[in-house]
Order: sequence, then C-alpha cells, then structure tokens
Amino acid sequence: MFELLGVPPQALFGQLLLGLINGAFYALLSLGLAVIFGMLNVINFTHGAQYMMGAFAAWMLLQYAGLPFWVALVVAPLIIGLTGIIVERLLLSRLYHLDHLYGLLLTFGLALIFEGLFRKQFGSSGLPYQNPLPGGVNLGFMFLPWYRGFIVMFSLVVCLGTWFLIERTKLGAYLRAATENPQLVQAFGINVPRMITLTYGFGVALAGLAGVLAAPIYSVTPVMGANLIIVVFAVVVIGGMGSILGSIVTGFGLGIVEGFTKVFYPEASNTVIFIIMAIVLMIRPAGLFGTQR
Amino acid sequence: MKSNDSLMILALAAALAVAPFFIYPVFLMKVLCFALFACAFNLLIGYVGLLSFGHAMFFGFAAYVSGYTVKTWGFPTEIGILAGMLVSAALGLVAGLIAIRRQGIYFAMVTLALAQMVFFFCVQAKFTGGEDGIQSIPRRALFGVIDIRNDFTLYYVVLAIFLAGFLVIYRTIHSPFGQVLKAIRENEPRAISLGYKVDNYKLLAFVLSAALSGLAGATKAIVFQLATLTDVTWQMSGEVVLMTLVGGMGTVLGPFVGAAIIIAMQNYLAQFGEWVLVIQGVIFVTTVMLFRRGVVGEIGAYLAKARGTAKE
Repeated sequence: MFELLGVPPQALFGQLLLGLINGAFYALLSLGLAVIFGMLNVINFTHGAQYMMGAFAAWMLLQYAGLPFWVALVVAPLIIGLTGIIVERLLLSRLYHLDHLYGLLLTFGLALIFEGLFRKQFGSSGLPYQNPLPGGVNLGFMFLPWYRGFIVMFSLVVCLGTWFLIERTKLGAYLRAATENPQLVQAFGINVPRMITLTYGFGVALAGLAGVLAAPIYSVTPVMGANLIIVVFAVVVIGGMGSILGSIVTGFGLGIVEGFTKVFYPEASNTVIFIIMAIVLMIRPAGLFGTQR
Repeated sequence: MKSNDSLMILALAAALAVAPFFIYPVFLMKVLCFALFACAFNLLIGYVGLLSFGHAMFFGFAAYVSGYTVKTWGFPTEIGILAGMLVSAALGLVAGLIAIRRQGIYFAMVTLALAQMVFFFCVQAKFTGGEDGIQSIPRRALFGVIDIRNDFTLYYVVLAIFLAGFLVIYRTIHSPFGQVLKAIRENEPRAISLGYKVDNYKLLAFVLSAALSGLAGATKAIVFQLATLTDVTWQMSGEVVLMTLVGGMGTVLGPFVGAAIIIAMQNYLAQFGEWVLVIQGVIFVTTVMLFRRGVVGEIGAYLAKARGTAKE
C-alpha cells in the first residue's frame, strides 16, 4: 500500500510522528488561548512569547540552579503563570471595560517587549537543551524516540485534564457560569475578578508548559514563539473557540495534516494550515466547532 | 469643522513642500511612504472599526510587483507603481472576501494568518529573489521626462503621490459612503437593519485600503530601489498598527504624525540595536494604557475641552 503512495513507510510514519508532535503544541497553545478567550474575551498575543519564556525558564533552571527537566516541567509553568498573573493584575485588568481590540494591542506590545528583552540577553541563535529521555524503541515500521512519544502522550493527558477540569468539576462549572454571566455569578458571592486572574494565569502556564516540552527538541531561541503563534491563531480560527475538545481535536488534526503535506507536497507545508483556514472560513465562518458571536 | 480640516491639510502640504530644504529628503520620503501606508490602514481601523493585522501583505507585495516589473520587465516607473497598486487591490479583494466573514478579534487573526501565507509565498517564489530581495531597482524618468534619479526631484513626486492618496482617503471618509462605514463601526446590526449591505461596504473599504497600502509600498520600492522580505513580515504589519495607534486612530492627521514619530525614532534609535523592539513594545503598552486616543486625538480632546471651558 505504501509503495502505491510512492513513499517509504519510514518517511511516512516519521512525518506522521512529527505532525503529531506539532499537533501537540498546537493543541496545548490553542487550548490556552481558548481558555483565556472564554473568560477574558482577550486574544492573548503574548502567548507565543510566554511559550518561549517557558522554554527559557527550563533552560535557566537547569543552567543556573541545576534543576533537571522533570522539576522544570512543574516549576517553569508555575513561574510563567505567575508572570501572567502579574500582567493581568497590573495591565490587562484595566482594559476590560474597553473594546476587546485594546487587549489584543496590549498583549502584542508585551510580546514585543518580552521577545526583545530575551533577544538582547541571549542573542538570536539557539541554546541547546539536553534530551531528558534519550534512546527509543524500534516499532518495526518506524523508530520511536522515547521523548517524542512522551510529548504526545503527556500533552494529550494535560489537554484532557484541562477538559475534565472545565467541563466536569465544580470549579469548572463556576468558570463556565462566569463566562456566561459574570454579574450574576458575582452576585452569588463568587470572586469573579480573582477567577479571571487565575484563568489568565492558568492559560499562560499552559503556554509555559508547552515551552518546557519544546526545549529539548527545538532549540531554545527568543523567536521560537513568534512564528508559531500565528499558526496557532489560524488553528484557533479553524476550530472556533467555542469548545475545549474542539481545540484539542483541531490542534492534533492539523498537526497531522501538516505532517502529511510534508511528505506529499513539501512546498505547501508552511502554508497548508492557512489554506485550510481560508477554506473553512468560506464554508463555515464560525469554525468547525465554534458558534458565531 | 470642515474648513478647519482643509486649513490643516493646506498647512501640512505647505510645510511638506518646504521641508526638504531643511531635512534630508530620503528620510522625508520614507516618512511619506509610511504615512500613506498608515493612513490607508487607518481607513479600516479608524472608520470601519476593522483591525487588520496583516496589512504588510499589501505593502510588501506591491513593493515586489513594482520592483520586478520595473527592473526585469522594464516597465516605466509610473506603470510599475500602478501595477503594484492594482495587484495589491486584487490581493485585497481575495483577502477581504475571506476576512470579512469574521468580526472583531477574529478578523485580526484571519488577516494576520493570510499575511503570513503571503510571506511564505514570497519566501518560496522565484521572482522575489528570496532572502536577497529585489535590489537596485532602476529609477527611470517619470513619464519619460521627469528625472527622478535626483532625490530632491523624487521627493516632490512622492509628496504628490502621498497627497493624492491622502485626499482620496479624506474624500472617502467625508462621502456618504464614509458615513455608512462609520455607521457600521458604531453599530453593525443597526446598519444591517437599515438595509445596508454591510459586507459590500466593508469589502470595498478593505480593497481601497489595500490598494493605497500597495501604492505606498510600490512607491517605497522605487525610492529605496529595493524590495525585501522585511516589508511582508508580521512585524511590518505590527509597525503600521503602532504608527496609527501612536498618532491617533480615527483622526485625519494621526497616521501621518504617528509615522513621522516612529520613523524618526527608528532613525535615532538605530544605534541601540536590539533595544528597538523593546522600546516599540513599551510605546505600544504605554499608548494603550495611557493615551488611547494617540497624539493627535489627545491634542484634539484637549482643545475641545479648553474651548468648552472657555465658553462657560
């Protein structure tokens, strides 16, 4: 069958795995964006920069404190989430009464600042980060490096965990209620502003987590988030931000599509997601899982 | 109000006419190109309420088209610029048809993604020269008679282009068409219920804005004899947002003032190298947090307030 497609199975499955990994990052990042958007009505343009900062946090924890990857996997997202909370309290929270576009502009400015500061400090070339799970297993039809398998599984667990937290727990019920009608929820005695702050912190921590996961396989550079975030925006537009599961499915699905494009028509691999976005917008403007608002 | 505006525009035109006697003309031409770009962008954000985060695709692609047609196909300068503008308008029509299907924040994300697609196209396409771009684009005599190899002469050509574009935008804003655009910005559902085909209006405004951005980009390619990837990046899209925001969104002169400020800043800050990005970000954040109306908007508000208290 694979010979019929004119591609050796090694290459096909190799790209499929790469696609799954890219998809894992798309899913984690678009999930964070969706969680933030649902609560704050803000598109977090700083998301890419926060992903980059997560990778740098892992690198710095190893370099300056000697903390291994597995510690960084927990600590770095907490640090990045904390910076997010500071940003929300100091800046973002003052813009909620205005047009949502100002939130976008503010977070864009913040992204420039963060990226610029890291570029000033570390230069534009990449910093290496050692693979915490060397080796792999030969599956017969392909070679699966342990760490790459781990990324896919781990991000799946995190995504589904987030889904469970929001859709199946009491805290999540408060959150969904506050998204629908913040005044009413506040009248019931729930501290909505604090929930908003924590939601932003959580979404940003997800970006930081994705950054930590990316550190060992992509080189750690100040610009690693800037281009990725634009693709993630396209993913978000395709999926629509209406549902949590939707953004997970879209993220992984588009990663796989991109992987296959690399096999069959490499010239389009950079643009395929944008093309899909254009098509989806023509047929179903609200996105695959979204509701028009 | 209106005579006030035309007085201001006349004063601006007069000031720009004598400016090259005091300021380096190449710098002024850069300001004018970006000012036209920002004015075209402002037409959307200021008067229709659409935030396009991908306007670099029109600016940069037109630069490539005019550069390529003039250099490789030997087009006359004026036809090359026109070609860049027309291609941008066509690109604007396609991008607009896709983008206006979503509103608000989604519109910004869609335009950004479409611009990134154009960027990747420019990276891969042969005619753009990839990383090198199109270099040493000839400055052929305009209409066969006006020698534009001289920066001083070229300045007045660029000034004429800028003023023409500026007046087109000014007329558009103050036409019945412009009134409908403002109605859409203020309350889209009501504009729809009044029977306006909102999508057609938005699309037309988008194409007009794209064409004028293309005019700016094509002119820039002739002035600097260069068309590169820098002009199609998302950073360029961000820059024009910054210029318009700093000058004042939805004001007639704001984009010009903002462009002048940002270009001057880039000139003086070039020595700080890496810090430019940080400084731009800080300006972005400060403007959004403290001076949302921008320089021109804040001055206007101050004057209006002073006049109000004077009356009382």
